[in-house]
Amino acid sequence: MTDPLVWLILLPLTWASLAFPSGPGRGAWLAIAALGVQLMLVLLLVVDVTESGILVRAVGGWGAPLGIDLAADGLSVAMLLLTQVIALPLAIYARSYFSATAPEGKYFWPLCGFLLAGLNGLYLSADLFNLYVTLELVGLAAVGLVAAGGGARQIAAALRYLFAMLLGSGAYLLAVALIYAAYGTVSMKTLAPLITAEAPVVIWLAGGLMLAGLMLKTALFPFHFWLPPAHGGASAPVSALLSALVVKASFYLLLRLWLGPFAGLTAGAGLLGWLPATLGALAILWGSCQAIRAQRIKMLIAYSTVAQLGYLFLIFPLLTGEAALRAGIMQAFAHGLAKAAMFMTAGVLIKATGQDRVDSLAGAAQQLPLTMFAFGLAGVTLTGLPPSAGFLAKWQLIEAAMAQGAWIIAVVVLVGGLLAAGYVFRVLRQGFLLVPATSADTSVFHPLPRTLEWMALLLAAASVLLGLRGVELMELVSLGGAV
Amino acid sequence: MTLNEAMPLAVLASSLLPGLIIFLLPEAWIGRRTVLNLSGAVAKLVLVGVLLVGVQGGVDYGFGYAVLPGLDLLFKVDALGLLFMGLSASLWLLTTLYAIGYLEGAPQRSRFFGFFSLCVTATMGIAMAGNLFTFFIFYELLTLSTFPLVVHRGNDKAMNGGTVYLAYTLAGGALLLIGIIWLHQLLGHGDFAHAGIVTDLDPTYDGQLKIIFLLLIVGVGVKAAIVPLHGWLPQAMVAPAPVSALLHAVAVVKAGAFGVIRIVYEIYGIEFAHTLHLLTPLAMAAAVTIIWGSLRALFQDDLKKRLAYSTVSQVSYIVLGVALFGPVGTVGGLVHLVHQGIMKITLFFCAGNYAETLGIHKVSEMNGVGRRMPLTTLAFGVAALGMMGVPLTAGAISKGWLIEGARAADMNWAIWVLWTSSLLNAAYFLPILWRAGFRQTAPPWPAEQLARHGWRETAWLLLLPPLVTAAATLAVGILATSEFSPLAWAQFIARNEYRLVVP
Repeated sequence: MTDPLVWLILLPLTWASLAFPSGPGRGAWLAIAALGVQLMLVLLLVVDVTESGILVRAVGGWGAPLGIDLAADGLSVAMLLLTQVIALPLAIYARSYFSATAPEGKYFWPLCGFLLAGLNGLYLSADLFNLYVTLELVGLAAVGLVAAGGGARQIAAALRYLFAMLLGSGAYLLAVALIYAAYGTVSMKTLAPLITAEAPVVIWLAGGLMLAGLMLKTALFPFHFWLPPAHGGASAPVSALLSALVVKASFYLLLRLWLGPFAGLTAGAGLLGWLPATLGALAILWGSCQAIRAQRIKMLIAYSTVAQLGYLFLIFPLLTGEAALRAGIMQAFAHGLAKAAMFMTAGVLIKATGQDRVDSLAGAAQQLPLTMFAFGLAGVTLTGLPPSAGFLAKWQLIEAAMAQGAWIIAVVVLVGGLLAAGYVFRVLRQGFLLVPATSADTSVFHPLPRTLEWMALLLAAASVLLGLRGVELMELVSLGGAV
Repeated sequence: MTLNEAMPLAVLASSLLPGLIIFLLPEAWIGRRTVLNLSGAVAKLVLVGVLLVGVQGGVDYGFGYAVLPGLDLLFKVDALGLLFMGLSASLWLLTTLYAIGYLEGAPQRSRFFGFFSLCVTATMGIAMAGNLFTFFIFYELLTLSTFPLVVHRGNDKAMNGGTVYLAYTLAGGALLLIGIIWLHQLLGHGDFAHAGIVTDLDPTYDGQLKIIFLLLIVGVGVKAAIVPLHGWLPQAMVAPAPVSALLHAVAVVKAGAFGVIRIVYEIYGIEFAHTLHLLTPLAMAAAVTIIWGSLRALFQDDLKKRLAYSTVSQVSYIVLGVALFGPVGTVGGLVHLVHQGIMKITLFFCAGNYAETLGIHKVSEMNGVGRRMPLTTLAFGVAALGMMGVPLTAGAISKGWLIEGARAADMNWAIWVLWTSSLLNAAYFLPILWRAGFRQTAPPWPAEQLARHGWRETAWLLLLPPLVTAAATLAVGILATSEFSPLAWAQFIARNEYRLVVP
């Protein structure tokens, strides 16, 4: 009964369900307490996996192929860890952020719970169909969270988001059906030896559908069109949740399929990895340029997400070595922590000034030093400057690229870093501008709960401090071979 | 953890912890902030003193752990690092005192002193870095922690200066990073070793090693302001005077020059760098920088800008000394690392005093200022004469060793460069001294802010630091042959670490 694997899915489902009957906007404390327990469970799981390698559990005593298997290896535990580490401070932040009567916070807690249950389930699933179910749960909860904003802009963004999600998971489901028809199983472990480079065309088609669907869901350029309005339009805690965690889920799934069941296909087609990598490189350039030009601060951060997701896809041609996988996971952590922190600081800045234009930030470094400091730390991580997790990610990525002679990737990473400095320091520069107190165009800063500022700083500091000690995380990722 | 392992961490902590606490202090807690600042600075000085004695006695101080599998954060205290640390720790204490006086009543002092402490922490990390990875981490941390100081004034001009500074340093950092990772690719590590580490590589890699050398030197050359990478330095003059002191003497350009030394001696090894024909181009670049910086300095009316171009020129003396293949040049370059710092910080302190006390920012406004501010002008004069290389000053010692080094290395053109630079130095410093001392005053001053109190021409916290460093300029010059001078330490480094035969 104390198996962390099962409880990591059950617990968020429970608090999400309990939040519904307790009324709109309620359920925050229960969620925070439960998230604390979830974090402990993940830490237990880390210890378990470190000791015994891959863990497999048959839910309810009925194992595959009849029942459902849950599995955890180093890669999935790392993603679970990232999810809970971000979710707990985010929940504390959200409790202060949504006032009791705010309409946009009405359904936050139940939807957030379902979202987290979906994410945890996704990381623990061992078969293609369960992955579909959890993917859909994550997508629908995320769309709900965006729509909960209630404004016309948010509804439009949510609808666009919904279409993208449905298209993506539709393609994925079709692929699952094709695979089931061909092999009669959806278990990743059983499929891995079956799918080889000589697989029939239909399997290549299925792989292509999955790749396309998941790239759409991860908002890889040019499929990123839905992301900026959805992430930039939602309320700050929701944006943080979506940018830091949700897009990582589809990336994880793609990575898992690439290295697991489809390893036979991908290893045979060496050039295939360059497709996501090329799009990733374009995403870095395009997203950064849009971020540099963005007028609204949340749009700037949302476009930065488009760019940062690009780095995740640069690893695909390099996946023959383990270094690239490590770089990818480090980047997922760096971006997750830093982007959550950055959206949280944006929430503080917007609440404090009542505006969301970059130009209205003059004087913020004086009025909200803690928040600007947190933004700066998160920016350091996104720029990939040392010491930060982002730097370790870039170091490993460049090293992996050079080891395989892929110079172009190293260059893209460096140029991307300089472009990131462009948009990060655009905000900082504005924040450091000193405005005379009597000036008419000075923004008025409203006092805010300090919890908001401290939670953002906590995550931003974590993204930097991970850069001083990444060895445990990297060893965790290598545990249990990525299947 | 043993005491010897804890020492490098203690050196870092003595400025990191006060810095972090200061960030959180309310603006009005001036007393507590000052106590924290000064106790940190004094503690660091004491720690560096202990290390000096220890290293001279042959004790190993080091600490390291794995950040990523196969990649270590490594601190090691050696004599070369201590040369830099001793300079920075002493000047940090003086600059802190000066900054307390300079910023009295200014806004945002907690933020200022917080970043100020981070900046010195980064400098110590650079000095103690045991491998290129650690060096790079602190090198970039230095960039980040100086940016808020450069833009401290918060006006558009400061922002533009800061943006130029960032553009140069971040681009340089990117090239440095590529060079470092490339080297890791070839060697599997980037640990500094006194004889160099690339010597054992197969000769087929020579071409790659040359490109890597270029990447690394351009990377650190941005901070060392080697022409044509120097554009940020005159722009960064918008910063407050204590920050200029920090940029020019304590931390930033020194970090660049220090990086050049580490790369040439402890990555490539001086012999191997010579066989790869890397030293002559480096010496040429240094020579061009020396002349170009001095020429530009001639035509600046803005006092701080003139000093900035003078820094461009003077820092490359260090690079030139490194690039002269031979022990004498090495000693000259090493000792100039310290001497230039002491002299240049004096000049910036004085420039700050003129600006804060009388509102003088331009050379053309300095007529007769020697009568109004005799002590400041005296300190300025000593440092300026030192820069020219007048006997009995610090500058004479460095120039003497550099010229000897050039002769020993058979690079007679370098001697001409040094003499030309000395003449140019005189050409841009002597008119200032002449104006200050012999021209008639035409009051009122541009903006007199601090009144005279008896013999005290300005606030005592502003007056004391330049007098101390001016005295030091003379002391290290006159007492150069004593056992505890920077020169003696530079000879110790050359002899013990680089195994050179020093006359």
